[in-house]
Amino acid sequence: MTAPMVEALDIHKSFGHVEVLRGVDLTVMPGEVACVIGPSGSGKSTFLRCINHLERIDAGRMRVNGELIGYREHGGKLHELRESEVARQRREIGMVFQRFNLFPHKTAAENVMEAPRTVRREPRQAARRRAEALLDRVGLAEKYDSYPAQLSGGQQQRVAIARALAMEPRLMLFDEPTSALDPELVGEVLDVMRQLARDGMTMVVVTHEMGFAREVGDTLVFMDGGRIVEAGDPRNVLTDPQHERTKAFLSKVL
Amino acid sequence: MTSTASSSEERARPQPIEAVPVRHPGRWLAVAVLAVLAAMLVNTILTNPGFRWPVVGEYLFSPPVLNGLRNTLILTVLSMAIGVVGGVALAVMRLSPNPVLSGVAALYIWLFRGTPLIAQLLFWNFLAALYPRLSLGVPFGPEFISFDTNTLINQFAACLLGLGLNEAAYMAEIVRGGLLSVDEGQSEAAGALGMSRAQTLRRIVLPQAMRVIIPPTGNETISMLKTTSLVVVIGYFELLTSVQRIYSTNFQTIPLLIVAAIWYLALTSILSVGQGFVERHYGRGTSRGDTGARLFFPRRNPEQSAGAV
Repeated sequence: MTAPMVEALDIHKSFGHVEVLRGVDLTVMPGEVACVIGPSGSGKSTFLRCINHLERIDAGRMRVNGELIGYREHGGKLHELRESEVARQRREIGMVFQRFNLFPHKTAAENVMEAPRTVRREPRQAARRRAEALLDRVGLAEKYDSYPAQLSGGQQQRVAIARALAMEPRLMLFDEPTSALDPELVGEVLDVMRQLARDGMTMVVVTHEMGFAREVGDTLVFMDGGRIVEAGDPRNVLTDPQHERTKAFLSKVL
Repeated sequence: MTSTASSSEERARPQPIEAVPVRHPGRWLAVAVLAVLAAMLVNTILTNPGFRWPVVGEYLFSPPVLNGLRNTLILTVLSMAIGVVGGVALAVMRLSPNPVLSGVAALYIWLFRGTPLIAQLLFWNFLAALYPRLSLGVPFGPEFISFDTNTLINQFAACLLGLGLNEAAYMAEIVRGGLLSVDEGQSEAAGALGMSRAQTLRRIVLPQAMRVIIPPTGNETISMLKTTSLVVVIGYFELLTSVQRIYSTNFQTIPLLIVAAIWYLALTSILSVGQGFVERHYGRGTSRGDTGARLFFPRRNPEQSAGAV
């Protein structure tokens, strides 16, 4: 019995008076691809950001690879982790954002090299070679020295995936990675993600791409109102949803 | 039914439009008026004996003027260095989640922006009246070294303290504005990669903030060139003080003020060109990357810069 990669237990999170997450439980096994769908405001992006402690959770326990995220349990009490310890935990977790968030003052290769260079103190030559290999892998062999502003949205998002992979994470989080893209550019990003899943990467993907969820996802999670309404095999959930809310949502998006 | 694709292929390319351009008589009128005014100006500058151009030439490179110029340059460069370094430190403190650091920075900015620069210069100069001796040691305990305040803080040091510490308060707000202008997603992306707050600031946020920080910093530097003349209140001298000393004895007021103006304009021009280079450096990767500061004319072909594919 292997340990789960992500283990979320009864996660609660509020922004001011608004309770965004009201007890979310989710387990993702190593090599598994979990797709999270749901209407906007359902808390799916917030939940994703709780996994790598970009948002601090109010209650519950978040474990990645068996390790408590953001806290240390000691003598029956939770102790907040120092900034450097949170940074160490985040190195294991890659994240891809809806709006890419590439560093605009750095070229594609420099974007990919940045974290290995500053965080792991990799020598420039080695970091550069790895960056080129990663950019080749996402199909951007010609674009090493292009600045983000010179790339299309799909190319930028592929650089962002390569950048996240540069830290050799065990888990990849995708926050609506294709929502900011022109329709004809969605496919190239999904292809890279499909390949990544085939290579055995554990992935949590917040998405609106039902086709991708059906084809690549091992689990489909439907969230609404800060809770998981329904979860299961994507083919079952998409074709035969059990809950009214899931049915209503799917009838609008499919 | 004809398909539009095939019919457009067959159709001949139309003649390029050769229309008569709109006339702009107002522009020609403005040119004529300005030409007359310019001619009048040149005429009076050359013919009015009051300008005394030979006197200007005589003093432009005279040792006292050059001495003053040297002091102006040294004071400007060093006080701006103190101001920029101090300003970055204060801005980072001001934005820190640590309430003590943030509060201290806010207090500093309030104090140094809220009191006149002349008063601050005088304060540093007369610090000895308050503390005749300055010493290093254990608080409330023994002293290790002790200095005579007037020896440690001479006129020059008082000038630097006054100008530099005051400038730091203004620079702090400029840098803070720059840091706030960088999208939060940048810090999040760096944080998600496992970079520390300090690494994120130095490698990701500050370089992008520089684009916003540099133009007002250029303003501050050019302003500082002339603000240095306030050091006259504590008996130090620079360019303007030097020419004032000369015209107070020979009464050639106008020609000597022209000498000072020529030097200030020369320095300002050099600074503007330098600013253009720095802006281009930090504009890397932006679609307006090469829109450096132009002294007088905007760039002609904005389309040449690299746009999104």
